[in-house]
Amino acid sequence: MNGVRLELRTQTPWWLNLVLPLAAIGLTLVLCSGLIVLAGANVFTAYTKLFLSSLSTPFNLVETVVKATPLVFTGLAVTVAFRAKFWNIGAEGQLLAGAMAAAFIGACEALPAWSLVPLMVLGGALAGSIWALIPAVLKARYKVDDVVTTLLLNFVLYYGMMALLDGPWKDPLSGYPDSPDIRAAAEFPILLRATRLHLGALLAAAAAAAVWLMMRHTTLGFEISAVGENLKASRYAGINIGAVILLTATTSGALAGLAGVGEVGGIHFQVMAGLSPGYGYTGIVIAMLARLNPIGVVPAAIFFAVVITGAEAMSRATGVPVFLADVIQGMSLITMLAALMLTQYRIRANRTEHE
Amino acid sequence: MENPSLLEMRGISKRFGHVRANDGVDLTLNGGDILGLLGENGAGKTTLMNILFGVYTPDSGRIAIAGRPVHIRSSSDALAHGVGMVHQHFHLVARHTVLENLMVGQSGRGIRLDRNFILQRMQDIEQRFGLHLVPGARVSDLTIGEQQRLEIVKALIRGARILILDEPTAALTPQETEGLFTALRAMASQSMGVVFISHKLHEVMAITQRVVILQQGKVAAEVLNDGTISQRRLAELMCGQEISPPSKSSAKPGAVRLRMENLRTPGGARPSLKGVCLKIRGGEILGIAGVSGNGQSELADVIAGMLPPAGGILEINGKPVPRYTPRSMQALGVGRIPEDRMGTGLIPALPLSSCMVLSRIQEFRFSRCGFLKHAAIRRFADQQIESFGIKAAGHQVRTGTLSGGNLQKALLARELAWNPTLLLAAQPTRGLDVAATRFVHQRFLELRDRDCAIVLISEDLEELFALSDRIAVMYEGRIMDILDIQTATVANVGLLMAGVGGSK
Repeated sequence: MNGVRLELRTQTPWWLNLVLPLAAIGLTLVLCSGLIVLAGANVFTAYTKLFLSSLSTPFNLVETVVKATPLVFTGLAVTVAFRAKFWNIGAEGQLLAGAMAAAFIGACEALPAWSLVPLMVLGGALAGSIWALIPAVLKARYKVDDVVTTLLLNFVLYYGMMALLDGPWKDPLSGYPDSPDIRAAAEFPILLRATRLHLGALLAAAAAAAVWLMMRHTTLGFEISAVGENLKASRYAGINIGAVILLTATTSGALAGLAGVGEVGGIHFQVMAGLSPGYGYTGIVIAMLARLNPIGVVPAAIFFAVVITGAEAMSRATGVPVFLADVIQGMSLITMLAALMLTQYRIRANRTEHE
Repeated sequence: MENPSLLEMRGISKRFGHVRANDGVDLTLNGGDILGLLGENGAGKTTLMNILFGVYTPDSGRIAIAGRPVHIRSSSDALAHGVGMVHQHFHLVARHTVLENLMVGQSGRGIRLDRNFILQRMQDIEQRFGLHLVPGARVSDLTIGEQQRLEIVKALIRGARILILDEPTAALTPQETEGLFTALRAMASQSMGVVFISHKLHEVMAITQRVVILQQGKVAAEVLNDGTISQRRLAELMCGQEISPPSKSSAKPGAVRLRMENLRTPGGARPSLKGVCLKIRGGEILGIAGVSGNGQSELADVIAGMLPPAGGILEINGKPVPRYTPRSMQALGVGRIPEDRMGTGLIPALPLSSCMVLSRIQEFRFSRCGFLKHAAIRRFADQQIESFGIKAAGHQVRTGTLSGGNLQKALLARELAWNPTLLLAAQPTRGLDVAATRFVHQRFLELRDRDCAIVLISEDLEELFALSDRIAVMYEGRIMDILDIQTATVANVGLLMAGVGGSK
């Protein structure tokens, strides 16, 4: 009988870091093509639209970068947290916390105009941090499972926000559940005329570089990796585990908070129900696809930005529902997790012939 | 034509990347044989046995059992062909009873029938080999020796005629080892075949009839153990060089480095220390003997800063420990070699250089204002790799790719770099080959002669007797007695380990 088996690898070749995400994406597209066929469309046309429409005109290209901006932030947030094995599924809630802080500060009439943008950035980062610190403290002090707490706090924050928007924060003019617009001086500067490319994109790129620097060149990054790879050995070596977890959560929450700040300051200028179509969760897929490498987060975020923006064009042209973008996101996470197994194991064919 | 051998392995080769783990290995096992399989770490013993047990498929080569060629693709294949293996780490369900563990994997019959069948087989096995087990006992209540017996019975019940034992005596008392040997001899006398893998040469000498020595994946020698071969000769064959026993000068005890008075640790899931009293001075090695699970790991953790005492006195250099953390113990000059070098000592996924500075990354030498000094870290790692003779392709390799002996050297290199005044070493040579063990012992003796105090916790009595100046025996969380090396014998240490006698 022929078959395959898994064998433990003694070493992981470096090129797997590149090949695995690409293979995972490839497999995802193959698997998703079944859905396109079911939707009655031509697979080739659908994928061409999905990938090329967002890159076809300069405007679309810029829009893709605009879309990628919050994804870079949430991808980085998850990367930092996962490196320490702090399972932060709560980037979504931390993003909203940052957005609320930014909307609040940006609408504050008492502040001098020049201070608004810096204060929004700081305040948003701080709000994200605080929201991430709650599960971190629970984990570090009381060993409460971080997957559960970070995930559930998303809903606490979301419904808390909705309660505010339906009550004290309701737009007095329109009566919609939207927060008041931020002041004009609080709007992020536009980097490219006649586009929506705002300061946030620059901050996101800087954040990717900063996170890389932190992970590679600082004692904190060193300790985060150590704690993530082997908690017990890190404790034995004298690393203060609790402090590392709290600092990781602070950094992670701040990054996710900045995603929200960018959306408020550069795109929506207010907080409303649909502010984030799950950027925090997409951040998890991005971080995994980037194999927790901060620089890899940037291309991974751009890929999903392409998929998300391209989905509209594909839907218009072929009638395939836009939800295909969500399926691709979910499927890439699954295929990537399956592919990660290959970093530790190799597949070998069972040979039946003698010799 | 004579009867075919019970097991024949011919030309077995297996590569992992560029490493030839097995390179044309031939091995023959006859019914009634107890075959010793010797070799340094990385010589290919485990790979060879894993091939026989179906964990790996060989790249080339043939295996025949009782003259019939076989292809073994999984451990259930192996068992179907009568090959059973007892691993160093047991695969038992701790919360289940002995009987329930034996029933796992015995499918195809009704549960009731199965029960009776197993009970009957257990009786049968007890009669034939003297392996006694209580069917209703919970595995978590068994001693290590009993758990091992259960693993052996499990293999026998599934019809093993060839039994592979990987380092079976590592955690046994001398008396338990003797019991194991009696059972193995009974198996051999009933024409079963046994493969005995061990680093303990005196045990290989005591139990085997034939010894196969592997070196770098090849059979280096095959010798009959007929009384003409010496332990020393075996060691030389194994490492391909001459070995001399460590020379030890008499101890010159200095100031008291560590004092414990009625030290207790909290109970719960782990065994607790129930009032440990000991004192150790600079320039001496205090050996700690005991059957595993009698508080040695907890004693080690207390000294390492990992397990805060619940009561009693703990003094380092004559002063109570101010703030009890792993880092403060380091700051007090305690070097620490943990029992589990992979899980507790080092981080397999990180580069070797990171592991070498893991405990000292905050020191000015390796970082400034929170930024790493990569060049200094690399220099330090290279220097230590060189001076400890660590075999690694460089400081950037993943620590997990190093062999056991090199891992231990890396750990020593990290801990000894800061000139500890007290060294805790828990099972420092467990699983190491002769050359690496020799290296570790030599370093310990040098340290001791430089006035360091060493607490040596070991389950290897030979090691304890070779190195210690005094031997403390632990039993159920207490020190039974502390013997001077001049008057201690294996017999009285063995009795103390079993809880018999003692001054307390």
